Amino acid sequence: MSTAAVIEDLAGALPPAPPVGNHAGAVRTCDTTGLPVCLVAEKFIQLNAVVAVVALLAGGVAALLIALTRWPAVHLLDAVWYYRLVTFHGLNMLIFWILFMEVAILYFAGTVLLNSRLFSGKLAWAAFALMLAGTLLVDIEILRGKADVMMTSYVPLRASSNFYLGIILVAVGTLIGVGNFFGTVYIAKRDHTYSGSVPLVVFGAIAAAVIAVVTLLHGAVVMIPTWLWSLDLVATVDPGWYRLVWWGLGHQSQQVNVCAMVAVWYLLATITTGAKPLNQAVCRAAFVLYILFINIASAHHLLVDPGVGASWKIWNTSYGMYLAVLASMIHGFTVPASVEVALRKKGHDRGLFGWLAAAPWKNPAFSGFFLSLLIFGFIGGITGVTLGTQQINILAHNTLRIPGHFHATVVGGTTLAFMALTYYVVPLIFRREFPLRWLARAQPWVFGIGITIVSLGMSLAGSYGVPRRHWDSELTGAQFTYGFGSGANVMLGVLGMGAILAVTGLLIYIGLTVAAVFFGRRIEGRAMTPW
Amino acid sequence: MSIHVPEEGWFQAPTGAERTWIGLALAWCLVMSLMMPYWHFKGKQNSTGESYTVTPEAFSKRVDQFVKTNQVGEVNGMPLVEPSPGGDAYLRGSMWTWYPALKLKAGQTYRLHVSSTDLQHGFSLQPMNMNFHVLPGYDHVLTITPTMKGEYTILCNEFCGVGHHLMTGKIVVE
Repeated sequence: MSTAAVIEDLAGALPPAPPVGNHAGAVRTCDTTGLPVCLVAEKFIQLNAVVAVVALLAGGVAALLIALTRWPAVHLLDAVWYYRLVTFHGLNMLIFWILFMEVAILYFAGTVLLNSRLFSGKLAWAAFALMLAGTLLVDIEILRGKADVMMTSYVPLRASSNFYLGIILVAVGTLIGVGNFFGTVYIAKRDHTYSGSVPLVVFGAIAAAVIAVVTLLHGAVVMIPTWLWSLDLVATVDPGWYRLVWWGLGHQSQQVNVCAMVAVWYLLATITTGAKPLNQAVCRAAFVLYILFINIASAHHLLVDPGVGASWKIWNTSYGMYLAVLASMIHGFTVPASVEVALRKKGHDRGLFGWLAAAPWKNPAFSGFFLSLLIFGFIGGITGVTLGTQQINILAHNTLRIPGHFHATVVGGTTLAFMALTYYVVPLIFRREFPLRWLARAQPWVFGIGITIVSLGMSLAGSYGVPRRHWDSELTGAQFTYGFGSGANVMLGVLGMGAILAVTGLLIYIGLTVAAVFFGRRIEGRAMTPW
Repeated sequence: MSIHVPEEGWFQAPTGAERTWIGLALAWCLVMSLMMPYWHFKGKQNSTGESYTVTPEAFSKRVDQFVKTNQVGEVNGMPLVEPSPGGDAYLRGSMWTWYPALKLKAGQTYRLHVSSTDLQHGFSLQPMNMNFHVLPGYDHVLTITPTMKGEYTILCNEFCGVGHHLMTGKIVVE
């Protein structure tokens, strides 16, 4: 089945006479999907996406350098720059790349899918300016050597006050962006730009936005006193309290990512295969479970901490009886099931997995989305639930098993899903064709396989006890010597080689995206060439 | 479709394979949520999280007193200290040492007090691979019974500045 057919399906499936939007002229009809695109939102989707990709590039270069430092045979950087770039890598990848993309996704979901204009262009400017200023401030402070504190910046480790100020600016900017999204949802409802319930993808985006608000409030509660402490206006910040509240930011922000990623899965399943959720009530209920039970799970970062007791740890780390895990297990069923049903309906009915073989694999948006689903579910999800138990956490806390887990969730899962989304964002929002389409088709595989190898190398090295955020696992010059053995060293090498592959995939993605946005063939006035 | 408003009457109970899957997943979640507390008591491998407030100065004093009273030797220039069986042992993390080295008897139970006098540190016992978080201001009490004789190295696995990777300590079990 060609993708062109799918896109036509989409246009055909639109309500015959969609309710009138509230755009007041500032709108165009997408030549490919027939969806209404708010021109103000479009500009901010573009701006946010561009900054996101720049942050991804910065973080990606740092990723390669630090991974090659962890590889004992290469051991590239000196200790100072290793720790500095781990901090730089973490913030650019986990915070800046993801947050800018998420704001872009919120603007898209709130306007295009609800047939509405953006609530406020001025607020969008304010959000963007604050986020950009904060990003620049943080990155400059790190590269100047004023903030070698890791992404977590655990007190009493201290960075320059501008570092904390930068984080606060990014958080406030994001909060304004999220508010602008809620404003958009509100005016769409008020102006009756759609009828009935919001589409599932918008529902997922709303769930992500609700969690984002709770997350960012945690960030304000922990970062404002820490900023004042860095200015010597507050005497001390309790390190145990800091960890408790910081993880309300640090862990929940990952659940914003999960929510946004699942919304993108539903979006791409529909766009690439025409998939339709089997039961919308089930999908929506699963998003509600995320909102209700995700917050307490941040306790699993404190499983081997002093200051909090065993029963508190057990109740919270089980997410209140694993009900948030249940949500992921539901999405992990409903997303591929909807693809299966759609493809079987189109006649790909041979055997148990004939539909999967017949899926549009040459479409990088499909392969990226499906690899994201597999990597997140089978590697990220399973390691996450495992490491989050009290018993196993003793073996894993602060070892490389932890980044081994989250490189499968937030990189193999969220980042890969966002990359896959780009294969439609550029043609439909920037209205430019991708050049070198064969390379685009290969990109999700190179990146997905690379990051899977990274994750396995980290997890297996970590199972030998190799610490994360550690410059020299051979402990050269330490008072007491210790060797993790050749197995651990091999796994660190595997991590390095996987990183080379993953960063290659990342650079291909950035190269193609930049080439398409600036030099790609214009496609105004006609439908995009199907993948 | 996920990108369009749902059809009228979309709010339906799940049926068929979807319903079965949700049931199985929920059952599995309940099994997991019962396993964690069950194994906490049955496995007896977990800390109860016992901890007390302590200032870095007061903790340092206790460590020095502990070393003065119980020192039995020296390893690599670090005092080797043997606490009395069943008694309290102290370990101080600071940039970038674990002080002092401990000598324990297999089969005996100790109350090991771990704290930091500067930044956060990570107590990582190798090759056992057991890891605990160490915070300044918190006296983290781990009730431990070493069962295997041998020499163990303590690493730091929470970033504590540019010498973090050099931070090591020693426990000898006889």
